[in-house]
Amino acid sequence: MVTGRIHSFQSLGTADGPGVRAVVFMQGCPLRCACCHNPDTWDFNRGTEVTPDEIFRKIKRLKSYFGEEGGVTVSGGEPLMQPEFIKELFTLCKTDGITTAIDTSGCVLNDKIKEVLNLTDTVLLDYKYVTDELYKTKVGTEKSKVDEFLSYLNSRNIDTWLRQVIIKDLNNNENSVKVLKELKQKYPCIKKTELLPFKKLCIEKYEKLGIPFPLAETPETSKKEIEELEKYL
Amino acid sequence: MNFEQWNGFVDGEWRHIIDVRDFIQRNYTPYHGDDAFLKGATERTKNLTKKFYDLCEEEKKAGGVLDIDTEHVSSLCSYAPGYLDKENELIVGVQTDAPLKRGVHPFGGIRMAREACKAYGYELSQKVEDYFKYRTTHNDGVFRIYTDEMRAARHCALLTGLPDAYGRGRIIGDYRRVALYGIDALIEKKKEDKRTLGLENATAESMNLLEELHKQIEFLGLLKEMGKMYGFDISRPAQNAKEAIQWTYFGYLAANKEQNGAAMSFGRTSTFFDIYIERDIKAGILTEEEAQELIDDLVLKLRMCRHLRTPEYNELFGGDPMWITESVGGMGEDNRTLVTKTSFRMLNTLRTLGPAPEPNLTVLWSYRLPEGFKKFCAKLSIETDAIQYENDDLMRNDYGDDYAIACCVSAMKIGKQMQFFGARTNLAKLLLLTLNGGVDNVFGTKVGPQMDVMNDEVLDYNKVMERFRVYLAWLCRLYVNTMNSIHFMHDKYAYERTQLSLHNTDVERLMAFGVAGLSVIADSLSAIKYAKVSPIIDEETGLIVDFKTEGDFPKFGNDDDRVDLIAQNLIRDTITELRKTPTYRNAKHTLSVLTITSNVVYGKKTGATPDGRKKGEPFAPGANPMHNREVNGALASLNSVAKLSYCDARDGISNTFSIVPEALGNSMDDRVENLVSILNGYFLNNAHHINVNVLNRETLLKAYEHPEDYPNLTIRVSGYAVNFCKLSKEQQKEVIMRTFHEAV
Repeated sequence: MVTGRIHSFQSLGTADGPGVRAVVFMQGCPLRCACCHNPDTWDFNRGTEVTPDEIFRKIKRLKSYFGEEGGVTVSGGEPLMQPEFIKELFTLCKTDGITTAIDTSGCVLNDKIKEVLNLTDTVLLDYKYVTDELYKTKVGTEKSKVDEFLSYLNSRNIDTWLRQVIIKDLNNNENSVKVLKELKQKYPCIKKTELLPFKKLCIEKYEKLGIPFPLAETPETSKKEIEELEKYL
Repeated sequence: MNFEQWNGFVDGEWRHIIDVRDFIQRNYTPYHGDDAFLKGATERTKNLTKKFYDLCEEEKKAGGVLDIDTEHVSSLCSYAPGYLDKENELIVGVQTDAPLKRGVHPFGGIRMAREACKAYGYELSQKVEDYFKYRTTHNDGVFRIYTDEMRAARHCALLTGLPDAYGRGRIIGDYRRVALYGIDALIEKKKEDKRTLGLENATAESMNLLEELHKQIEFLGLLKEMGKMYGFDISRPAQNAKEAIQWTYFGYLAANKEQNGAAMSFGRTSTFFDIYIERDIKAGILTEEEAQELIDDLVLKLRMCRHLRTPEYNELFGGDPMWITESVGGMGEDNRTLVTKTSFRMLNTLRTLGPAPEPNLTVLWSYRLPEGFKKFCAKLSIETDAIQYENDDLMRNDYGDDYAIACCVSAMKIGKQMQFFGARTNLAKLLLLTLNGGVDNVFGTKVGPQMDVMNDEVLDYNKVMERFRVYLAWLCRLYVNTMNSIHFMHDKYAYERTQLSLHNTDVERLMAFGVAGLSVIADSLSAIKYAKVSPIIDEETGLIVDFKTEGDFPKFGNDDDRVDLIAQNLIRDTITELRKTPTYRNAKHTLSVLTITSNVVYGKKTGATPDGRKKGEPFAPGANPMHNREVNGALASLNSVAKLSYCDARDGISNTFSIVPEALGNSMDDRVENLVSILNGYFLNNAHHINVNVLNRETLLKAYEHPEDYPNLTIRVSGYAVNFCKLSKEQQKEVIMRTFHEAV
């Protein structure tokens, strides 16, 4: 039987997709984003091994809270590094009428992942930067991979929420946000674009893990700055 | 019966017998819209509110009590009429001759009255002292018959918070009857009941009831007299909305003048008032603004209610709450919603008068409530933290659709059922008593079956449970007998004449027992079962005083059946044991999982427990999981509580929930929608009750440091709301320590 490695299970999430959602944080990520707020989910060897059924039973217990919009979101880590597990989990959810969402960086796409996306109602696509250079230096991958992912979502007509963490001196500018607006015009699958403020609540986690936090000196982004930039969306 | 004041009302049974529910069902107008029709506070209301808050400020400066009338024994006609602002008040009546001035109620216990006066720098008059030299109080009566064992269980706080020194409360008169029928018709009905009863054989039981009826009739007469003192003839029914509210309030006021019950709840009045308001609006004699003013004025009166308590009592409950619970909303048995425009107007007082703990606004929730109403409630919860929610779909099964909540979570059919309030027993302490073979390890009291101390190297779950059942059976019998003693004496020496006159003569009685420390004992038993728990013995006393717990174990609050079922079974076992001992006056045994704010004091009096809780540390309130042991987030925590069965705890299961605003969503609209979803889900899972607080811990920390900046910070603590700044520093710290569900 297929198993997955999860970091944690949170019964109430309201920030990762529509409505009230259960959130499964998967363990392991190939990227090392400078702004990552979950460094404890990087290592593929940590976390707890679980079966899709075990997690599904937890989710099912929460069904009454989901209402019309809510459901389950699988986040991470990079959840799509464990496509077999999610495929089984989502199959169980779909059979029970529970809507599904994935929170991903969109940096990998293969047949197994495509099968997962077939079972996904909403993709929260973390579109980190609008230039290839920033992707290379701050994420460690190529932007073209994410564009390819987005283009696939559009071809399959999967509801997509584009999300970007706004960080001072990296992407807190009008031009960057305007590119996101253009993307929305180009890809009708994008239903919503969310600008999220950069926060440093994760600093303790880094200290605990003994990993230097690359953006330790960068200030947090204020709500007001976000509101200013949202005007260009 | 026929009265001109009933013109325009739809005919029904209610005209022939006393049946307020029938009147409501035939005459009310359900409302399915949103809050857009509501009006804000008028200048008049604002001025009156200011006057009230100024008085509260003076009260605070005077040390918590503005004034005491030590000369009179509080009763319906002992004081001249009093006013906040005679010229501008729409609804009148205060408990003594001046607002916020407290009266004395020695019938529950003269010592309590005397001590309370003394604590605030007053002395109970010689007149009152002399009078009570020759009178037996409820308190005297109870202590005449308490057994040594009852005293011991009470002394070591195994049975605690017992209503043996003041009014028992938790009785809701059907105050609406005063408005609908007028006093004369009510007196006539009671006289008829008395005549009928007189035809039966004269047994102890029937003679007792005959005397009670005599008292009820006498006090209905006094109620009429009290109305007259304020210039109203309440012998006849109310003829418009203003009178309906005034008459109803007089009923409540009279109850408060007569009794200082621990919880003096108001009932379920909004939809009843709505019928009169609608009739007046249709007749063109009332505007929306004026309708809101009437409700505002009523609520202002309720906020002015005070009873004289000792500082110890205030410390236990956080300020001096009255539990003036008003139940709002719910669905009817015919599937129409009982939400009316006045349900909105009642909740709107949180805006027109500002947030406050009283009245204790309680929304009876059903997933079938109109969406507009649900959203309005959620919005107000987010704004004010002043609302509690209870599962109407669950309670309607047992109590029909004209029940109300007394105190925090106690449902009863209005005018048809009453409760014998029974405070609670400390289950965590009972576990320690079990392990120590009948010696309390904090007080040294010997109580219960005497056995050896369970000083095994590692505690064995089955062995512990086997012995625990013996102690539980012993305790439950003692508990029922103690309650029987208390309520026998309360009926004898402090019978609620006004409140019971507004009940059917053949009232059904519920005897409400309670448990505290549920999550502590559930986690402790889970630790014994799933981890390795070794008792630590004090060499001097030979008693277990602490535990070494190794390994992890499932904790209540994570939707984990392994421990949640332990909690569920504890409740079931307790009520099953309680039912084995007959109750006074054949009352029905019920049980609550509720602590009020006394979870701090209970913790203080309880030794270290196997779950890792240190000696003296607070319990979680009510049925809450222990603080910060929830690792799977808010909904998993709610699910654990939802598993406790209402069938086993018909007197209510209290859960207090704190969440930071961001965890509910980004925008106000999202937060409202999500809170509605959470409430729907929780209650669909058959949960009974929830207090909702939407706030940040930082706000509380700031209020802790600078109370002067947060004079009106209201938060829900346990079945009721308090002004945060009125809590003791210790209680404030405990509230701050509680789990705040955060954004993930």
